[in-house]
Amino acid sequence: MVDLSQTYTAPRRLAGAEGAKPKRRLSGNRIMIYGILCLISLYYILPLWVMVMTSLKGMPEVRVGNIFAPPVEVTFQPWIKAWAEACTGLNCDGLSRGFWNSVKITVPSVILSIIVASVNGYALVNWKFKGSEIFFGILLFGAFIPYQVMIYPIVIILRELGLMGDVWGLVLVHTIFGMPILTLLFRNYFASLPEELFKAARVDGAGFWGIFFRVLVPMSLPIFTVAMILQVTGIWNDFLFGVIYTKPEAYPMTVQLNNIVNSVQGVKEYNVNMAATLITGLVPLSIYLLSGKLFVRGIAAGAVKG
Amino acid sequence: MSVTDHARAPARRPRRLISNPMAKIAALPMIMTALVIFIGCSLWTVVHSFTKSKLLPSTQFVGFDQYERLWGTRRWLASVENIAIYGVVALVFSLVLGFVIAALMDQKVRAEGAFRTIILFPYSLSFIVTGLVWQWILNPDFGVQGIVRGWGWESFTFDPLHNPDTVLAAMLMAGLWQGTGLVAVILLAALRGVDEDIWKASRVDGVPAWKTYIFVVIPILRPAFMTATVLIATGIVKLYDLVVALTNGGPGIASEMPAKYVYDAMFNKQNLGQGFAASTMMLVSVLLILIPWAIFEFGGKKRG
Amino acid sequence: MLDQTQTALDGISVSIRDLQLSFGAVNVLQDLNLDIAKGEFLVLLGASGCGKSTLLNCIAGLLEPTGGQIFIEGQNVTWAEPSERGIGMVFQSYALYPQMTVKGNLSFGLKNARVPKDEIERRVTRAAELLHLQPLLDRKPAALSGGQRQRVAIGRALVRDVDVFLFDEPLSNLDAKLRAELRVELKRLHQSLANTMIYVTHDQIEAMTLADRIAIMRGGVIQQLAQPLEIYNRPANLYVAGFIGAPPMNFIRGRIEGSEFVGPVRMPLTGYGWSEGPWTSGDTVFGIRPEHVKIGDDARHCACQTEVTIEVVEPMGADTLLWTRIGGDEFRIRLDGQTTIHEGQTLPIGFDIDCASLFDAQSEQRI
Repeated sequence: MVDLSQTYTAPRRLAGAEGAKPKRRLSGNRIMIYGILCLISLYYILPLWVMVMTSLKGMPEVRVGNIFAPPVEVTFQPWIKAWAEACTGLNCDGLSRGFWNSVKITVPSVILSIIVASVNGYALVNWKFKGSEIFFGILLFGAFIPYQVMIYPIVIILRELGLMGDVWGLVLVHTIFGMPILTLLFRNYFASLPEELFKAARVDGAGFWGIFFRVLVPMSLPIFTVAMILQVTGIWNDFLFGVIYTKPEAYPMTVQLNNIVNSVQGVKEYNVNMAATLITGLVPLSIYLLSGKLFVRGIAAGAVKG
Repeated sequence: MSVTDHARAPARRPRRLISNPMAKIAALPMIMTALVIFIGCSLWTVVHSFTKSKLLPSTQFVGFDQYERLWGTRRWLASVENIAIYGVVALVFSLVLGFVIAALMDQKVRAEGAFRTIILFPYSLSFIVTGLVWQWILNPDFGVQGIVRGWGWESFTFDPLHNPDTVLAAMLMAGLWQGTGLVAVILLAALRGVDEDIWKASRVDGVPAWKTYIFVVIPILRPAFMTATVLIATGIVKLYDLVVALTNGGPGIASEMPAKYVYDAMFNKQNLGQGFAASTMMLVSVLLILIPWAIFEFGGKKRG
Repeated sequence: MLDQTQTALDGISVSIRDLQLSFGAVNVLQDLNLDIAKGEFLVLLGASGCGKSTLLNCIAGLLEPTGGQIFIEGQNVTWAEPSERGIGMVFQSYALYPQMTVKGNLSFGLKNARVPKDEIERRVTRAAELLHLQPLLDRKPAALSGGQRQRVAIGRALVRDVDVFLFDEPLSNLDAKLRAELRVELKRLHQSLANTMIYVTHDQIEAMTLADRIAIMRGGVIQQLAQPLEIYNRPANLYVAGFIGAPPMNFIRGRIEGSEFVGPVRMPLTGYGWSEGPWTSGDTVFGIRPEHVKIGDDARHCACQTEVTIEVVEPMGADTLLWTRIGGDEFRIRLDGQTTIHEGQTLPIGFDIDCASLFDAQSEQRI
């Protein structure tokens, strides 16, 4: 695992080889560096800017105007329409349906997957048994298998369990496919805690669950937060599983968004589309902006390193 | 051996059926997932790729028929070609761009935090959102092309989404927008771990900065590059959402991808056998990437 | 044989019988036998990897032995849970629960054992008094100094009201000054509680000062089990001789001919306290501690005398260390106080047989 936390804590060091060059050339260099960085930032920022601006314009203005220009007349109508009135097929109750579906899918999936993975990680570190590392190895390997290889047999399994098309079926799928990364995350974290703490708790008479809930969990809140960020964004952004394992009424927001925007019928309302796109992106985006470095720590968990 | 001994020293190793049973119960979900889903389901698909499955999975084996048909299908061949081109270009671009961005940000810049926030935010978005935004920016009537024409340059054409020759470039634009930030952040973290004395030493030796980067720093960052490569590569093979949102495979079959081929075969065309065969091919390609990497990364220094 | 086990357990607090532990093909402990008397302070001493911590973890029940048995207070606890063995344990890293207050740390084990509330209160108060922890009871471990943390860790073992205390290098994470203070505190604690204490360390000063008996371990085998001064004065083999004492014992290789040791120096053996023998021939290693070497006028009365050239002088204030060579091997001399002897000077030195040790060069055992 790459230690991304360094990015945030490392003290500033002398700027590479530039450190002691004459001042005039130095500032020329600095201008170039800042220039390039600003240009790059523009590439990243512009799409977001376009999204916001388009979503605040009326359709007539969209048709005549420049997509980069700010609205002459700000209107929130596209937002309201996207949220409450946009149509997918026969339903015309807007993205709100998909939003609540996504909430219904994400909340239990996040909770269940974190519970399962944290207990897995704990058992793997502190209660090793014969073969536990082998199962973990398979699990990690599974993270790299293309989902396409497994999606159809899972359809059959869910059908047998009577969960096909049900929200709980999708919850199960998210729990399964979130397991490798999350288990790795928790395993590495628990392994970094001093083993003597675990021994002390055993001498103090705490059992499997006692040690977990009363000693380890209370001191692992940061990693639970990281896992939560990782899972909320991951599950919220999922498209493939949502489209396969749920029925149209229960489609998550991403699927509904794609259906609204890419539907071939009717006049394209670009401002509504952009408002809908923005609304869908708002949940992970705000999590990203609020969580800062914890988000980075979460994705770094995906970086399996030897 | 006396009787009292038995009273005093009764405990042989207790014949517990299962030692620490709770740990095994707790690990059951992991064991089930590993065995049933990752191994079981994958094998099921591989096995059924040799059958005549159509609307429903069948057990009538037909040898390599599905594969022969697969490799004779124009759409599949286009998908493979597309992912090969997209994959190589995306991998190279995101590593190079990511490293350049990381190196620039490592120059003691002000507002580094702001830059990092900006380059990484697209990674938090869904591929669907990314695809739809870029679809709008590249819209020929209202997007970049429309604006330039509006300035008076009437013959300007920039419509990659509707041109089979350049549609992959459009996808690259969107894909890099979403993913390069992650590479940059991983490499930046690794750069921060490089010993500062290396810079001092290279300055004493009079080596220019760019040479130090290429010949000294990049080799040190090898593990981080590996990590980034594996992340990008496995992501590319799974690429599905972005295609659906940005182009839906069009124009024609110009931006079809294997993952989409699998989905369409299984869920739209009721041609399960083709889906199984195509997904097995995806599995094989991942293994071809993964196994050499695993041997390279873990094989040499196995201590247990 | 086993009948003797029965009677032998009287007065014995912890008894280890034929204990064996292997990880795969690696034997960490080999047929280890050890009896520890009630109220005894036993130190397990050895270099890292010698199996001392492993042995302690087996006694605690944190590791399952591959073979053999462990008795604590007459009970066979070989397969019992750690919490059911009547032990308390103190760890090197303190292992305090960071989210609990000092009080919470002290009472966690008692709560798990469902001890009544007022009894918990009573025991925690007593332990806090004994260890001067009263003002700290409501603090979290993060707000404590290293020494305070380790006292809490000791307190956690104390409240359990157990017969046997296990210490796994408890002072190793502390700086030298604190270590010395806590060492004395531990000794006082042992005097006032009279519990059995088993103490693992790699620090020979701790071992010498704290122990009633020291067990020196190497490769999973106990090399010598004896009182500290016995180990210092009469090391059982070359390893123990070289391990105990700083700077270590000087060795001179040679052989015994008749009643004389013959090597780079000659030494009459009359008056040597033989453990085995007396030998009259054979390859032998002669050992003498640096502090038992005399110089100058004092050397004249010694049974063995020679002359050496000083190579290095290390003044340390309270004493001075001189480095020289005898027969090519390094030879150290420790003098009390300070000296005007300088490098390159040639000195007469001498030593007596009554503070020397002789070892069989083949088996490396004391003779």
